[in-house]
Amino acid sequence: MSDTKEYTLYNDKVMDHFMNPRNMGDIQDADGVGEVGAAACGDIMKISLKIQDGKIQDARFKTFGCGSAIASSSMATELIKGRTIEDALKFSNQEVVDALGGLPPVKIHCSVLAEEALKAALEDYVKKHPEAVEHAETAATK
Amino acid sequence: MPVLPKDIIYLDNNATTPVAPEVVDVMIPFLRDFWGNPSSAYSFGSQVHAYVEKARDQVAALIGADPKEIFFTSCGTESDNSAINSALEVTGKKKIVTTAVEHSALINQCEKLQKKGIEVVFMPVRPDGTLDFKEVEKAVDEDTAICSVMWANNETGVIYPVEEIAEFCKLKGVLFHTDAVQAVGKIPINLKKNKIDMLSIVGHKLHAPKGVGALYIRRRTRYSPTIIGGQQERGKRGGTENVASIVGFGKACELAGQRMDEENTRVKAMRDRLEKAILEKIPDVFVNGDRKHRLPNTVNFAFDFIEAEAILLMLDKTGICASSGSACTTGSLDPSHVLKAMGLTPARARGAVRISLSTYNTDRDIDKLIEALPPIIKRLRAMSPLSREHRDNDSYDVAAARAKFEEEQVKEAKKELTSA
Ligand SMILES: Cc1ncc(COP(=O)(O)O)c(C=O)c1O
Ligand code: FES
Repeated sequence: MSDTKEYTLYNDKVMDHFMNPRNMGDIQDADGVGEVGAAACGDIMKISLKIQDGKIQDARFKTFGCGSAIASSSMATELIKGRTIEDALKFSNQEVVDALGGLPPVKIHCSVLAEEALKAALEDYVKKHPEAVEHAETAATK
Repeated sequence: MPVLPKDIIYLDNNATTPVAPEVVDVMIPFLRDFWGNPSSAYSFGSQVHAYVEKARDQVAALIGADPKEIFFTSCGTESDNSAINSALEVTGKKKIVTTAVEHSALINQCEKLQKKGIEVVFMPVRPDGTLDFKEVEKAVDEDTAICSVMWANNETGVIYPVEEIAEFCKLKGVLFHTDAVQAVGKIPINLKKNKIDMLSIVGHKLHAPKGVGALYIRRRTRYSPTIIGGQQERGKRGGTENVASIVGFGKACELAGQRMDEENTRVKAMRDRLEKAILEKIPDVFVNGDRKHRLPNTVNFAFDFIEAEAILLMLDKTGICASSGSACTTGSLDPSHVLKAMGLTPARARGAVRISLSTYNTDRDIDKLIEALPPIIKRLRAMSPLSREHRDNDSYDVAAARAKFEEEQVKEAKKELTSA
């Protein structure tokens, strides 16, 4: 069997984020919380954010889902920490896929779930702090 | 004992089984030396024929059939598909009655036939996976070409009353087929004592290699082949015989007959011990499927609030092979159609893990699993946004559904007591 290509579902990077997820948990006094379900499979992801001075200080996740969903949420929270709200609103699942070194085709939607959970958390924040976006928008049009 | 790769604990015997060393031994001469075509006129080929016939005797003996009623095929799927096709053809009728919990071999074939205008009734099952006989009485009628109900379910192990259903179909003049792929070798089957017309078996679920199976066709049952070719298998299945695998399949059936008692005592005891330990050690676990009418080797757990693939990946890290429902659905996002038919919500169905044992498993394997599982479940639950307080997004009341189900079980137990 040594001359056959090793066939595994996930690459090492994905397995690492699955087995040793970063930023797992809840934030007690979160500034924004988003929880979404994936239409494709019914899996659920929750992201909590701590935001200060228009920047994401901390991000945590909780995920009910497959290995790829857990790895995606771990990676997504890693990637967005330190970003401005404006930047974070432009976040796309492709960033997660790339940072993880690729996901199997049927598992791409798991990374979309991470994007959606993050956006839901940001929306939650914006709803509570409308001034933050106005600020960001005026900054963007300047 | 078959030699497993080091550190592998194989607990997925409903997906496939290790090939028995005795089976490998009887196969090798037919791969290396006696590779002639059994249909040939010269003795180098035709001498092989006798071994194919011996295998036919061995398969027949395991299920109480006459060897003339056994036709070798390439797999369980072929046996299932051929039985259904034949019934439609020989009866000219356009209706199939089956269940919502069949293997995808049957479900997908029937869905395709539906598109071609065949009426298919997928009988529903109860929350515990069992079938209400009234569903059969309601669905099977004079217009029915065939009724097909599996003997035992691959995901839950639930056993169906196929002998009673066959009896009913006979009275109605309707053909009856059963997919007994999971039942053969695990529970006693005697076709002399029932009215089943056709029955599917496959080798790789009972320690023979993959790629060989059989269709039992009761004598005098009209049959029209799906694989059309030479006169092999007395014209009922064309194609040069897979001699080595057939010989191995025969041996495996002989061994299965000898090991049936062990399957129903030692293997069952291991399964029961595992089930008890997991239910005791882990909160919010539920066993899917009727625990009374069930294969001795199978248990299907629903772990609430977490998803099966994550459990399986973590088990894999400890060398334990288990599965979520059917191996055929890996890579598919839909939760098991079997568990869905039993009324589990998608979220709960996604937490289902199937453990299936064989006579090659040991107490040590069970100990390993009992040790490995609780910390994995705990870890994944810590990662999950779901909990008792927050069950899932579709606001399904798991507690209420479970209470109702348990109440029904109590009622049933009482009924049995009073009728006894
Ligand atoms: C109940 C049942 N029927 C049919 C099959 C199909 O067998 P095979 O994959 O050999 O075609 C299986 C096994 O996967 C099964 O469990
Ligand atoms: S999130 Fe649904 S399968 Fe991964």
